[in-house]
Amino acid sequence: MKYRSLAACAALAAMASTTAQAQTEIQWWHAMSGPLGEWVNDLAKQYNASQTEYKVVPTFKGTYDENMTAAIAAFRAGNAPDILQVYEVGTATMMAAKTAIVPVGEVMKQAKVKFDPKAYIPAVAGYYTAPNGQMLSFPFNSSTTIFYYNKDKFKAAGLDPEKAPTTWPEVVAAAAKLKANGEKCPFTTSWISWTQLESFSTWHNTLFATKNNGFGGTDARLAFNSPLHLRHFDNLSNMAKQGLFVYKGRANAADVSFPSGECAMITGSSGLYARVSKEAKFAYGISQLPYYPDVEGAPQNTIIGGASLWVMSGKPPAHYKGVADFFSFLSNAEVQSASHKRTGYLPITMAAFELTEKSGFYKEKPGTDVAVTQMIRKTTDKSRGIRLGNFNQIRTIIDEETEQIWAGKKSAKEALDTAIQRGNEQLERFQKANKS
Amino acid sequence: MEKRVLFRSSWLPWALLTPQLAVIIVFFFWPASQALVQSLQVQDPFGTSVEWVGMQNFRQLFSDSAYLESFKTTAWFSLLVATLGISISLILAVFADRVVRGAMVYKTFLILPYAVAPAVAGVLWLFMFSPTLGVVAYALEHVGIHWNHLLNSTHALTLIVMAAVWKQISYNFLFFLAGLQSIPKSLIEAASMDGAGPWRRFWSIQFPLLTPTTFFLLVINMVYAFFDTFAIVDATTQGGPGRDTAILVYKVYYDGFKALDLGGSAAQSVVLMVIVIALTVVQFRYVEKKVNY
Repeated sequence: MKYRSLAACAALAAMASTTAQAQTEIQWWHAMSGPLGEWVNDLAKQYNASQTEYKVVPTFKGTYDENMTAAIAAFRAGNAPDILQVYEVGTATMMAAKTAIVPVGEVMKQAKVKFDPKAYIPAVAGYYTAPNGQMLSFPFNSSTTIFYYNKDKFKAAGLDPEKAPTTWPEVVAAAAKLKANGEKCPFTTSWISWTQLESFSTWHNTLFATKNNGFGGTDARLAFNSPLHLRHFDNLSNMAKQGLFVYKGRANAADVSFPSGECAMITGSSGLYARVSKEAKFAYGISQLPYYPDVEGAPQNTIIGGASLWVMSGKPPAHYKGVADFFSFLSNAEVQSASHKRTGYLPITMAAFELTEKSGFYKEKPGTDVAVTQMIRKTTDKSRGIRLGNFNQIRTIIDEETEQIWAGKKSAKEALDTAIQRGNEQLERFQKANKS
Repeated sequence: MEKRVLFRSSWLPWALLTPQLAVIIVFFFWPASQALVQSLQVQDPFGTSVEWVGMQNFRQLFSDSAYLESFKTTAWFSLLVATLGISISLILAVFADRVVRGAMVYKTFLILPYAVAPAVAGVLWLFMFSPTLGVVAYALEHVGIHWNHLLNSTHALTLIVMAAVWKQISYNFLFFLAGLQSIPKSLIEAASMDGAGPWRRFWSIQFPLLTPTTFFLLVINMVYAFFDTFAIVDATTQGGPGRDTAILVYKVYYDGFKALDLGGSAAQSVVLMVIVIALTVVQFRYVEKKVNY
């Protein structure tokens, strides 16, 4: 019902605009709300003004999972949009839906638009690239995990505010000092799975799952109960017991506790920057994710979050030409750099990063380059990214099991072992459902 | 007294039933049969590969210890929601029935929560009890209770029960109030003259006459607790901590709409349907005997 009336509105709008007659309309469903939604609309406006052949029509469809569910329902009814924004967790699901999507590399080749996957930041491009080197979806808004700390609280606790803790032992020591100074929440994190297991693994060049984190095939199985992972979660568990780490809930629920001044240190998305810079009434520092210095290969690189754009199948050829043209507009270094500065998302291409650097943006807003420098290193087979089926459920399972650690009901080993066992059932199920 | 209406023609009763039957077929039997079919399949979200797997979805469910655990959670939850919801609204209805001045105001306020969507109700309670910014959590802290539904299962279950009950009280209240007001005043007055106090009047006259309403509400509240409460859980605890508030219907919603596992979700909804049918049968066979119409 809702979709139908939306479609009716879209049809009416199309009729109303007389100039649209000769244009090919490209439907773009996305999940960007608030200021980010305005950003998406501005991109479409800017593109539409730049040429007359195509018209990109962005439509907000709710949160990432709502957007994806809506698109899947639309696909089943034969009304899929041309372009669909899908969060990184949905990547394997989209990849497996071979008849539902067209690889971006293919779209560009068919339209004969110049397209060089190597121009992209390796950790970003690698995430969305098939084993045969073809880019499957178009990198759009990528973020990564970084570390924020409250300089004022550091100073009050007798810590050096200009020296961020770079290793986990230093984080523990800093947390203890903050706690001794009366802080109720020395350290917290949002996105437990993303920051403390997924990024943690690639950052230490250790596998999160077998088969190169799922890049090698759908028969990958979870592997995050290695001695290193256990050491880290024992560490976090002890921190929780001593009140050094305070659990603030699933997903990004913890985000609010940093800019409000409640928690002194947080690991979270680089996209949190927009909020911190706007709301924090204290001096803050941004630095790279902490690591264990005795682990060989650490720090390697962190992995991305955020979303990419997928092209859906079954559209007339003219639509694909338009999509290719639009994507080449989005790849433009100036467009990318402006988006990066505006949103806090990563600049997706090296050229955009250099352009931003040259503009003096990173000097003007210190810390905004941390996310990029964490990402632009060379990736290894263990750090390219994580691509697992039913990943959404696996993340929920990790939430459920690790909550038992913070509640003191399970040891780190019990919780991670159970999470792996339950997560592997999801992987088997995915493998079975996508056999053909 | 014969209450039945006798129809002389044989087609008229069927014709009169047709609209209702059509609605039931379209909105209940057809979706239910779809669920049955899907529960025997495994398919990818896009529906491009569909595989018949027989009872595999069910086998998988019942070999999952966490799923079995959630039966216990659901039983507790629905029991608490039904009994608390019914008793609190009965008390409120009895009081509202006695109010002479400003009755309209009280009634309006009591009915208001029904207009609130379950997800909104969930968020409302979540804000009051949020360990960081909740007013109630703040007040509890002062009396020595450290409220944390993020990690304390009892707190989390209490929170969703409160939200679910609050949401349902208005509905129950309306029915009880209507029931109370349809009891002839003369009966109550006669009892008063015979020297019966308010307590005695309630138990000997009003409550027995309300049993049909109570029974109806028992069935409705059970169904509500089993099917209608996933939005509250989604908005407040997301089934956490761990899976301690993951009631059955929340998992149906999560697996179907968020995880896009249609086969597994359909299998769960079939299980849920069987449970509710069984419960309703039990209620009608055994509990209904205690009802005076």
